[in-house]
Amino acid sequence: MAEHSHHKSYLEEGGVKSWFTTLDHKRIGIMYLFTTMFFFAVGGIFGLLVRLELLQPGPLFSPDLYNKFFTLHGAIMIFMFIIPNIPAALGNFFLPIHIGAKDVAFPRLNLASYYIFVGGATLLILSLLTGGVDTGWTFYTPYSIRTATSVVLATLGVFVMGFSGILTGLNFMTTVHKLRAPGMTFYRMPLFIWAIYATAIIQVLATPVIGITTLLLVMERVLGVGFFDPKLGGDPVLFQHFFWFYSHPAVYIMILPGMGIVSEVIPVFSRKHIFGYKAIAYSSLAIAFISFIVWGHHMFVSSQSPLANFLFSILTMFVAVPTAIKIFNWTATLYKGSIQLKTPMLYALAFIFLFTIGGLTGLFLAALSVDVHLHDTYFVVAHFHYVMMGGTVMGLLAGLHYWWPKMFGKMYPETLGKISWAFNFVGFNVTFLPQFWLGSDGMPRRYHDYLPQYAHWNLVSTVGSWLIGAGMLLMFGYFIASLFKKEKAADNPWGGKTLEWQISSPPPVHNFEKTPVITEGPYEYGQP
Amino acid sequence: MFRLLSRSSLPQASTLAPKVDVLYDFILWISLISFVAVIGALIYFVFRYRRRTESDKTPYITGHSVAENAVAVGLLAVVMAIFAWGWIGYKEIIQSPAEALEIQILGRQWLWQVEYDNGRTLVNELVVPKGKPVQLIMTSADVLHSFYVPDFRLKQDLVPGAYTKLWFEATEAGEHQVFCAEYCGTAHAQMFAKVKVLEPEEYARWQAEGGQAQVAATTGGKKGAAHSVHLAVNLAEKGRQVFTQKGCMACHAVEKGKILVGPSLFGIFGKQETLADGSKVVVDENYLRESLMDPQLKLVKGFPPLMPTFRGVLTDEEVNALVAYVKSLK
Ligand code: HEC
Ligand SMILES: [Cu+2]
Ligand SMILES: [Cu+2]
Repeated sequence: MAEHSHHKSYLEEGGVKSWFTTLDHKRIGIMYLFTTMFFFAVGGIFGLLVRLELLQPGPLFSPDLYNKFFTLHGAIMIFMFIIPNIPAALGNFFLPIHIGAKDVAFPRLNLASYYIFVGGATLLILSLLTGGVDTGWTFYTPYSIRTATSVVLATLGVFVMGFSGILTGLNFMTTVHKLRAPGMTFYRMPLFIWAIYATAIIQVLATPVIGITTLLLVMERVLGVGFFDPKLGGDPVLFQHFFWFYSHPAVYIMILPGMGIVSEVIPVFSRKHIFGYKAIAYSSLAIAFISFIVWGHHMFVSSQSPLANFLFSILTMFVAVPTAIKIFNWTATLYKGSIQLKTPMLYALAFIFLFTIGGLTGLFLAALSVDVHLHDTYFVVAHFHYVMMGGTVMGLLAGLHYWWPKMFGKMYPETLGKISWAFNFVGFNVTFLPQFWLGSDGMPRRYHDYLPQYAHWNLVSTVGSWLIGAGMLLMFGYFIASLFKKEKAADNPWGGKTLEWQISSPPPVHNFEKTPVITEGPYEYGQP
Repeated sequence: MFRLLSRSSLPQASTLAPKVDVLYDFILWISLISFVAVIGALIYFVFRYRRRTESDKTPYITGHSVAENAVAVGLLAVVMAIFAWGWIGYKEIIQSPAEALEIQILGRQWLWQVEYDNGRTLVNELVVPKGKPVQLIMTSADVLHSFYVPDFRLKQDLVPGAYTKLWFEATEAGEHQVFCAEYCGTAHAQMFAKVKVLEPEEYARWQAEGGQAQVAATTGGKKGAAHSVHLAVNLAEKGRQVFTQKGCMACHAVEKGKILVGPSLFGIFGKQETLADGSKVVVDENYLRESLMDPQLKLVKGFPPLMPTFRGVLTDEEVNALVAYVKSLK
């Protein structure tokens, strides 16, 4: 599309300084992308260190050091990578383009969110430099009140980053409601936007609760006000309720955007209309809603009342329905398609494969009597890695490869992409499948050392983590190298129908020369 | 991969273990079938419909609401069945038989203190009879812990400032590993104990020997020295002493029906108490503890709010002893 070439791309104008004061949603998205991917690498290194300690029985690091490693692995991955990554990076970049807008509703607020995020992340990093934290990312009381480590800085970091999420959520919700191009009805929005929209709702409603909770924790530690420590008249289990009231919905803040990406990639690479558009769209909203009333499934053996356990168990089972509908519909989309196995598609298929395992193993944990056995064992660790890494991260990688040519105007190398995919996919299963067996054999989580009967599968699991490390290293390498390639990527290399593929790669500063007028849905493939 | 189809390598050493395992297996089979169905279809489609030419024709299919609804309804039925089964199993896990043998567990960073009704105290060792229900009454001296016996498929958190319970009936003599399953700091991964399950006769002998040690120790005999870990004072007896030392008897009689400033504590354990606001509570360990820590929270009907709080005055051990003493008043 040569007629676009006289419009400057968003990457061209200005020097380094212009990036730091930019109000362009695309540039802010890219800044988020680099920042969060950096934290992904840091969190990944801590993860590798955790697995290294568990390579064999017997200590390698001191227990206190190990406890800091797994805490930082969890806290960095969750608060600084998975939660902000897809919405704030890819969402920022593509949400306005997908609905035919020039930018988000509040561009200044968007930039402010970024700096607030960086500020919060800095606090968390500072806690690392001032001795680290050893509470686990869950900050359970009263341990988090009594430990001598740097809990105050870390929780303040979480508090501050929360504001960034709330503001981004508000911004996206407003953008979806107010800035859709003429003809862009809700049902013509790409499913990625439905997912980002549902995520934004959860972010706005749930994040304040973690804010208040971390603040109470800080008050208790600094001022000695007794909320959670029974020594001061507090209730430690109350903290768990507050914490999971946010952190369960947060699980869906993490997974919904990944599901959104899969819903984009599958139709494009099968040249088929998505199967059951409305069912997928509404199941995102249903999941968002149910996510608020299932938090107690993390507390079945916490001394929570049997009635509460009854309700949380049955409500949790309901989550299975909208989730399974999505999996069914993605698979059905492949039927009679014209399927092309490019790297983004391979990651999308890996998502379905791994997320299905993650979802099914959730049934074991939702069933009360079985959870009494499996709670706080490696079974849980395996389960949530299948959901978070097998789900969200695979979704992210699908999205990154899919949109890389659009974002940077350069194509990633396909063969290396596939090799790295194979390392990541195989490595993932080698790492986490054995952890289900460790868990059902009774190995508790957050153990710095273990009994000899667990040595076998721990060894396998650690070797798997090296495969993932190799795959990721390769991926980071070729992504960065591709930025220096001369060759330009095509405007629409995959034959996509959504709006971003109708403009040049990389997109011009204002996205569209003229406001587009939308006359059909985003997945109009195939012949009636 | 050979592990895929087997649940675990653990022995089934409690009456509850096989029941938990059956449900585990059921969910495992449901999962395997669903997984093979979904992923099988996925892999088949990917090969069958792979792109052959750039101009491949694809049909226009936007969905099939009957199929989608059928999946939803079918799945809902399955997960409700799993839920119900899990709940039935869980009810058994929480309802202890009335005649269960009661043992106190105090978790602290990073050991398990086990205390029998006769005052015998063990560390990181819980001796129980085979084939008899045992009820653990647990609390923590510091942070959260979780008492986990994989061979029994049982686990329960210990919460400082409150009591939690866990009951089981061991079916296999021998030793069973206890882990701490709730992260509690530096030595969390070393907070081990053993459940020693003895044949009933052996247990009786073990108990008698402990009883002798106790008599010997209280009478200053030599025999007690051999059992240095065994506390020589009966738990309820210790409670009686605390009761006097802390001045409880100024306001509470321990004889039936005798009212001083506060109600008599005779026979209240397990009874229903009517509170000032007309509601009713059953007097259990947590209620007793709360009466000591927050006496004004639940006032007994007909009494003024005169009881002082003992928060910070009584140690956890003293509270445990008082609770045992009140229980013994009948
Ligand atoms: C100054 C008088 C006073 C002292 C000292 C006192 N109590 Fe009380 N206690 C009361 C009164 C009055 C009530 C009833 C009102 C209420 O429920 O608080 C009561 C209630 C209770 C109850 C609830 C009884 C029921 O029937 O539900 C328990 C148990 C109890 N006290 C135990 C103790 C113990 C153990 C101590 C010593 C550590 C103690 N009290 C010391 C005055 C006292
Ligand atoms: Cu949850
Ligand atoms: Cu522990």
